[in-house]
Amino acid sequence: MPPTTGTLAVPVRLFARYAELLGAERLTIEVPAPATVAALLERLRTAYPAAALPARPLVAVNLRQVALDAALAPGDEVALLPPLSGG
Amino acid sequence: MTRLVPAALAIDRLLAEVAAPHCGGMCTFLGTVRGGPEEAAHGGVTGIEYSAYEAMAEAELDRIVSETLARWPGARVALHHRLGLVPVGEASIAIAVAAPHRAAAFDACRYVIEQVKRRVPIWKREMHADGTATWVDPDGRPAEVPR
Repeated sequence: MPPTTGTLAVPVRLFARYAELLGAERLTIEVPAPATVAALLERLRTAYPAAALPARPLVAVNLRQVALDAALAPGDEVALLPPLSGG
Repeated sequence: MTRLVPAALAIDRLLAEVAAPHCGGMCTFLGTVRGGPEEAAHGGVTGIEYSAYEAMAEAELDRIVSETLARWPGARVALHHRLGLVPVGEASIAIAVAAPHRAAAFDACRYVIEQVKRRVPIWKREMHADGTATWVDPDGRPAEVPR
């Protein structure tokens, strides 16, 4: 029987300046389920205290921007987006 | 359809894509890399390197085009955004819009560029003549989610 851990392993993608701040483009962050984007950001801050992420970064889940209180489900891909500067 | 391209942009190809007999107005927009006196620090800007969250950028561009077509009936839209190093003076984005009448062509073209700037996950890194580079953190754009 697979163990029921009660945690979500969330794939997190980082881009541009945030990838430099955290020294990685892809991470997996474990959070207790049920989880929100805000809870995942708290975990990330604890794991990378020196990274100095802004208090409320832009976040996308499954290729769409979401609010920080959005819930996370198994299989979701989270992305942290620095201020956009395309065009 | 991929709208993110690694090479020089060709507006004439986009115009050919949107041309249609029912359209009497065509509008284009080119956004080009600026290297004027405002960018004189570090010996000046030699180019901008563009990177993207490509899957989301493509999805967001699809959504912007769909919204534009819904809002301006009969309009046709084609756009490319360049990724990688773009030298000063060359285009980073090219947009072509055709519509039955000119007002819709202008308005739809403006809508597309403003939405691209607001929503598409693409980032600029300015490359300087002295070999340094900085991420562009544009004024007036949300660095954080509004409370």
